[in-house]
Amino acid sequence: MSTKEKMRRDSRTPGVIPTRFRNALSKYRVIRSAACIGCGKCAELCPHGVHQRYAAYDKTLRPKDYECRGYECRKEKYFCIDKCPAGALSLNLNPVYEALGDYRWPADLLLSTWDQAENGRITNTMFESQIGKTSGGFDKLRLNFPKRISRKVDPEEVDMSLLLNRRSDDKITPRVRIDVPWYGGGMSFGSGSDTTMVGKARAAAAWNTFTCTGEGGYPEILYPYDDHVITQVATGLFGVREETVQRVRFIEFKYAQGAKPGLGGHLLGDKNTAAVARMREAVPGTALFSPFPFHSVYSIEDHKKHVDWIKAMNPKALVSAKVSTPSDVDMVAVGCYYAGVNVVHIDGSYGGTGAAPDIAKKNIAMPIEYAITKVHEFLKAEGVRDEVTLIASGGIRTAHDIVKAIALGADGCVVGTSELVALECIRCKNCESGRGCARGIASTDPELKLMIEEDWAAARIINLYRSWYDQIRAILAQFGMKSVAELRGRTDCLTHLDYSR
Amino acid sequence: MPKKYHIDARPAPPRFTPVGRFAIIDFNEDCAGACHNCVKKKCIYKNYEKESDFVRGLDRPVEFLNECMSCLCCVQNCTKGVVSRVVNPEYGWLGDDYWKPEQIMSIWNQATTGKIPVSGAGYGGPFSGPGFDSMWTDMSEIVRPTRDGIHGREYISTSVDLGAKLPALSFDDKDRLVSQLPPLIEIPVPFMIDTPPFGEFSENVFESLALAAKEMGTIFITAPENITKKILKYGKAVAPRLDAARIGKFRSLIKASALVELEDSRDVVKHVKKIKDINPGVIVSVRIPLRNDAPERASKLATAGVEVIHFHAGTDGMSSDAKEPMFIKDVFRNIHRRLVSDMQRDRVTLVASGGISMAEHMAKIIICGADCVTIGLPFLIAMECRMCGGCVKGAACPVEMSKIPPRYGADRIINLSSAWRNQLLEVLGAMGIREVRRLRAEFGRAMFMEDLEKDTFERIFAGRK
Repeated sequence: MSTKEKMRRDSRTPGVIPTRFRNALSKYRVIRSAACIGCGKCAELCPHGVHQRYAAYDKTLRPKDYECRGYECRKEKYFCIDKCPAGALSLNLNPVYEALGDYRWPADLLLSTWDQAENGRITNTMFESQIGKTSGGFDKLRLNFPKRISRKVDPEEVDMSLLLNRRSDDKITPRVRIDVPWYGGGMSFGSGSDTTMVGKARAAAAWNTFTCTGEGGYPEILYPYDDHVITQVATGLFGVREETVQRVRFIEFKYAQGAKPGLGGHLLGDKNTAAVARMREAVPGTALFSPFPFHSVYSIEDHKKHVDWIKAMNPKALVSAKVSTPSDVDMVAVGCYYAGVNVVHIDGSYGGTGAAPDIAKKNIAMPIEYAITKVHEFLKAEGVRDEVTLIASGGIRTAHDIVKAIALGADGCVVGTSELVALECIRCKNCESGRGCARGIASTDPELKLMIEEDWAAARIINLYRSWYDQIRAILAQFGMKSVAELRGRTDCLTHLDYSR
Repeated sequence: MPKKYHIDARPAPPRFTPVGRFAIIDFNEDCAGACHNCVKKKCIYKNYEKESDFVRGLDRPVEFLNECMSCLCCVQNCTKGVVSRVVNPEYGWLGDDYWKPEQIMSIWNQATTGKIPVSGAGYGGPFSGPGFDSMWTDMSEIVRPTRDGIHGREYISTSVDLGAKLPALSFDDKDRLVSQLPPLIEIPVPFMIDTPPFGEFSENVFESLALAAKEMGTIFITAPENITKKILKYGKAVAPRLDAARIGKFRSLIKASALVELEDSRDVVKHVKKIKDINPGVIVSVRIPLRNDAPERASKLATAGVEVIHFHAGTDGMSSDAKEPMFIKDVFRNIHRRLVSDMQRDRVTLVASGGISMAEHMAKIIICGADCVTIGLPFLIAMECRMCGGCVKGAACPVEMSKIPPRYGADRIINLSSAWRNQLLEVLGAMGIREVRRLRAEFGRAMFMEDLEKDTFERIFAGRK
């Protein structure tokens, strides 16, 4: 670890990092009318911190209504609405709540993820924090905890590390271990703002894991985090240079992306600013399409040539192949292994993207839940399962999704959208239009990107990781497991609603 | 090299303000009034600019609300918290159980711009669903080449043939062709235009449909009484839909057409012959309501020599059986398999319709065994139909459908077709298929939910205590 990085390393418990907006989104609205006499009774009563009053100020503060449990409190002794001596408080459902979210990320999941990113743990237990409303896949799987634990495990002792290089025939590449069983997904320079990129990288450094540059080149702002950055070699080869390949410990080939399988990356002209164009060695303002596929790869042997090419430049680099999930994904995965990669990364069809045709997002290639099982079993049958690290992505939203993916047979996961939700993405799906993300997360617009500060971004993601880390350790302890590696392929730890009685 | 087929789109903005998904409401009584930080000035989509137009001029309705992009910046930044967002109730009323509001809105947008729908973030819909949502199409990776159709670097053909094909050609001893070649029509897109099942119809509506068909090189099928003198001008781009009783009445129409649709009846094969006697060069397509026993009917008709068989399901894609109706994609797989085992499949053209509401449905029904489809309702929606059902009950059409200018109507239809064709190219390109004819019945290039479940979750979880 370089000294520069040591200096910059963030704490894994950054504390409470509140929303950057004036009005936090919430399920309920607690309204304090002008009748309030500032007695502070509500602040005394509320155990959830909705009302706050400080001695130095004679008024009670505006209610933090996103912490409110709503009508659930009605029976409690501390129900502020009834207890207010001036009758100044009222409670109603926030109409925004109903207009928020979609099937994959319902309002509850967004609110819960924001809660975790703010506090580093789940404080408002009223929100569904584990599953979405897609009625399939992860949302129909449940954890099947044993009635009696075979051995008592302290959550603090659970080993959460993930080994990224398992090849016994690879004596040159070091055994890289990361502290959490997930790493950050690729978001290219150009699709995301540089604050977002650095925030992700700082979170990765704090948790000793990785983040990925995406296909838009390796911007200088990431240099301090070299050891925690994956550089991507995608079909456009934007910004891929010998120097960038040699900078890092981990290189990813993007053969396909789950959200738009069979199609190349797509950066609309508006987002191709002067800085982005310089990095990508392109003309500013033009739309940049990555070709599909790699026109130098039409066989596994060609793919091996690619891997050899990287290894010649950087012999110690871990190499990952990111592939989508067609019907023969199992064969592709095994082929990737034989071509010499350390990590096989399968990206399911419901994954995130900055811009993709709706038809591709919904219809092309299979969801990750099916693909994990298929690839895991096939690698096992081939006798090479323990030689390769299998990473799943494309629709991993929560700590529970990670646990389910590992229990189905993956070694670890890649997360992308959740990190953006931690930065208060509301999934309005306009990342690509006009000046880019209106909330400043995925925008290269010089004005919009000022909406986010780097420290805030890093701390929010670190907090989300903290919450997941603790949740997964608690789950593993409940299963009586001492390490996350024990969970792999343990489908007996899961039940499926369609098949359970 | 022959000219590549391409559908040129021309932006055709809506005549009536479309229904939007979200609405922003503000409680003006709580507004600080002279606040210098007003969030409305900061909207990056400039939606509120039109609000001040309204305040100044009072000459337009407050319809800017429909264009909200729902970033919630105004809701979250307003100093007094007076702005709020709600789902537009009118949006929820659009369509029915099968035709979802988001599908209708997507059709409107495509008809306006001619561009394929592109958006950011991952898919937000349900994991799977009934009908077409329980299958995924395949893609090629590493070991199989994909094709780049959409950016035009490689040409992908979307042409299909209508008519009977001979199993083999025969030649005499001097190598001269002796086989009688049956008539064949090649259309450059795998769809024909059907008359929508309902709508406030007028000559203008039919002319829009006929004009679009003519410009794209496909065929518009409609009842003979709709084929007025004006529509007749479009010649072979229009095909009459007849029932057996009226064959004699429309002899001259049959003589002028390249394709005739004939409603199914008991002696339909005899009636097909009657039409062929009037015009031997015409192709007769037998139109049959889709039932679960369609494979038997298809087998019987194909063996009897019918060239084109068109099965139409309800607008929800279901067969017309009262008991356990099946979805069109499942019936078509059965029809295809049956015709293959009868050794008739390559001789006959299968046309599907009903329940095709998105571009992907066109690709998926072709994968399930159809040669091509007919599209009716989506083109009516392209002409701004809101599926309110008013016309069925005799109420006035909210978008004055009958008054649509034919040129404008055709442009909207052509835009939608262009977007749908481009999406078909995306799907074909991802699979590495360069011709839509080769997509037909490629069951292996699709992943069906029931198969995936059987291979994974059923194997793991079924039968467990």
